[in-house]
Amino acid sequence: MEHTLLLSILLFTVGLMTIIIKRNAIMVLIGIELMLNAANLNLIFFNRNNPALLSGQFFSLFVIVVAVCEASVGLAIVLRVYTYYQTSVPNEVSELKD
Amino acid sequence: MNAISIALYGFEVVAGLSALGILFVKNVFHAALLLIVCLLALAGIFVLHNAEFIAVTQILIYAGGVLVLIIFGVMLTTRVSGKPLVVKNQYVFSTSVIALLLATVLIVLFSEQHFYQPLSSPQISSHHSINQIGVSLMSDYAIAFEVSGILLLAALLGAAVTASSLNATRNKH
Repeated sequence: MEHTLLLSILLFTVGLMTIIIKRNAIMVLIGIELMLNAANLNLIFFNRNNPALLSGQFFSLFVIVVAVCEASVGLAIVLRVYTYYQTSVPNEVSELKD
Repeated sequence: MNAISIALYGFEVVAGLSALGILFVKNVFHAALLLIVCLLALAGIFVLHNAEFIAVTQILIYAGGVLVLIIFGVMLTTRVSGKPLVVKNQYVFSTSVIALLLATVLIVLFSEQHFYQPLSSPQISSHHSINQIGVSLMSDYAIAFEVSGILLLAALLGAAVTASSLNATRNKH
């Protein structure tokens, strides 16, 4: 059992708990970033199995790009919802129409 | 146990403790600052696993871009200016049970002997991967590279339109 894998398990679990426990949309985004970074850590770690091919590093590069897209669109939606409902608690926003 | 292993343990302890801190702090701004610490420590771990380019990308994009976005989001969604944005907890017990179960399953799965080949201890290799990354991005991974560029453009345009069309719709009604 490698300790880097233990760290990635910890990051993934803490990210999942942050998403469910915290009553704030920005904390949900922070938890998603933690889970994506746990996946990145695994990709970089298993890339050492085949260091000449670098496929794990390429995969983590594209994961970072998708994470940036998700964070920007997610924060834009959070700001828009906040200006409409005056709240950023995901449970209190349950209807879409005016 | 060489110096690189000690540095790897240090970065991992910093990353794990700051991730646990995100779970326990009440203030969202403090959680964002702890996320910066966690991501920078992860960049250090990436360097020690011979992924220098990914580490630099992590520092530039996460610590430079995403965290600025998150801190702007925290500052723009505080109800009363001057008071910190405090977050409450919900479903603490059931989520802890689920997370413990998930961690146990993952640890048992990763402990399987045939799950991966055992690796040598980390060491700085003389093999430079940046040259190979540049060539591969333009040859083998060219389609994925271009598509991710289009995705990034569309996402950023969508984010800008979503966040800024507020005054236009408000004037229309």
